[in-house]
Amino acid sequence: MSTALLTDLTIFILALLVGIEVIGKVPATLHTPLMSATNAIHGIVLVGALLIGLTAHNAVGYILAFVAAVFASANVVGGYVVTGRMLKMFRRKAVQPDLGQPGSGQPELEAVNGHKGLRGLADKMRAHS
Amino acid sequence: MTGFTGYIQLVYVLTAALFVVGLHLMNSPATARRGNQVAMTGMVIAGIATFVLLIHDGTVTTTGWIVLIIGTLIGSAIGLWAAQSVKMTAMPQLVSAFNSVGGGAAALVAIFGYYDAESRATGVLGTTTVFTVLDVLIGSVTFSGSIIAAGKLQGFIPGQPITFKGGRLLNTALAVVAVGTAAFMFSTASLPALLIVVLASLAFGVMMVLPIGGADMPVVISLLNAFTGTAVAMAGFVIQNWALIVAGALVGASGSILTKLMADAMNRSLANIIVGGFGTGDSAVAVTAGPDVQVRSIAADDAAIQLAYASKVIVVPGYGLAAAQAQHGVAELAKILEDRGVEVSYAIHPVAGRMPGHMNVLLAEANVPYPQLREMDEINPEFARTDVALVIGANDVTNPIARRPGNAMSGMPILDVDQAKSIIVVKRSMGHGYAGIDNELYIDPKTSMYFADAKRAMADLAAAVKTLVGS
Repeated sequence: MSTALLTDLTIFILALLVGIEVIGKVPATLHTPLMSATNAIHGIVLVGALLIGLTAHNAVGYILAFVAAVFASANVVGGYVVTGRMLKMFRRKAVQPDLGQPGSGQPELEAVNGHKGLRGLADKMRAHS
Repeated sequence: MTGFTGYIQLVYVLTAALFVVGLHLMNSPATARRGNQVAMTGMVIAGIATFVLLIHDGTVTTTGWIVLIIGTLIGSAIGLWAAQSVKMTAMPQLVSAFNSVGGGAAALVAIFGYYDAESRATGVLGTTTVFTVLDVLIGSVTFSGSIIAAGKLQGFIPGQPITFKGGRLLNTALAVVAVGTAAFMFSTASLPALLIVVLASLAFGVMMVLPIGGADMPVVISLLNAFTGTAVAMAGFVIQNWALIVAGALVGASGSILTKLMADAMNRSLANIIVGGFGTGDSAVAVTAGPDVQVRSIAADDAAIQLAYASKVIVVPGYGLAAAQAQHGVAELAKILEDRGVEVSYAIHPVAGRMPGHMNVLLAEANVPYPQLREMDEINPEFARTDVALVIGANDVTNPIARRPGNAMSGMPILDVDQAKSIIVVKRSMGHGYAGIDNELYIDPKTSMYFADAKRAMADLAAAVKTLVGS
């Protein structure tokens, strides 16, 4: 068994234990956003999809890279946006529609930031290409 | 690991750390949004690092760049559109679809790795084959299985269990072919063999989910979520990337925990759900109340009096509420009661919805403050000092029969609705719940039945309360 494999396995096991510990503390109220957030997180497979590009030199490689990139990026962006959408709805107090909306101002502001972050991602990706 | 790739790997470690911190912040609704953003920051960093690596390496062809960039842009656009247009009731379908593409992408990464190594003289054997095969197996099953699950939830595919003669035999055969071929690949490198594994796994995924009923979907989605995570972790082993390994492990852990929670809440083992068909076993001893037992039905005005003069009301929502799109009506009624000084909270059973926590999202969308959404174990002791329990579209999770041994529901964790001083059940008819047995709650002398569609009922009750208190 190589050192590299041993390292990978160690990381995997420890991450699994950390995951059990961290996820176990998430309240049932947030289980749906949790699941969509983890959806976005497993979109990290986008990195794997992009790395196909390193050695792809024929049609088969290009097609696999393309489909994998579409799948994974849909996963990342969709998971992140929909999680944000859901979490925005969780409020400690009900919004008073007639009182100048003290509770709803901030979430809207943050939503704008969220979109900016997303556009930022696309821009950065374009910049590096 | 030489200099430059070492630094990039270091960035991936940072990404992994941000994922953990992000998930940790999900432990409270107050910090959860920040958690989501922290995790996404990790994602952006990993994306940039990967592009830097690609540029530094310099082996990506022009076509390669076009393919990657166009692919990423198209995928992002699809993801963005889906995430912004989806209705909250359709969230399980969307999560299922994301599981599908995640698993698919993970499988494709391993398939390419294998194909690429095959086309060189060296070939692939040894431990990489193990992870490749596991990734392809799990990823393909997740891909096709999640599509079927999403189809069932969306209604493209009938929600009831689809079984046919020899179905289980075919399932077993597919599993044997997939695993057998995979085993063969450990000794002989062969691309056609990998294709057989892919096809058999895809077919197995379809066959695995088809026989599972719509009400079991919370378990299935959680399970497929765990599968996707595992597939991504395996892809991480194949390409030796720590970010993928850690992210995959985290998602795998999350999916597994949720799967166990859901299965426990339904009082069923995972094996029992996968094999399919509730009540087909020997435990379906029908416990009928008999034709002579009368239920008491109630009119809107009387129900309104009970609610308006209560000091504590617990709303018990079930999937029927979401199906009738009544969550806004409930929130409206609750608000009128609260304005009168009635203490209102919601008792959420873990499987009240089509995925874990689904009901909470639906009520949050209807502007119900999250401190009012209470988990089963937390709120059960409070029923005894509750004046009115308002049950809307929930059935089996309120059936006291689950406390007694010897029936299909024995041992299932339930909400102690029957301990409330009085109970109003909003229901369309006396139909059975999913378990197919009579609900003893309905014949309880403290219970009144309000027969109506949930949405209509909420509007009528709200109007009746308003008229009553003259506001």
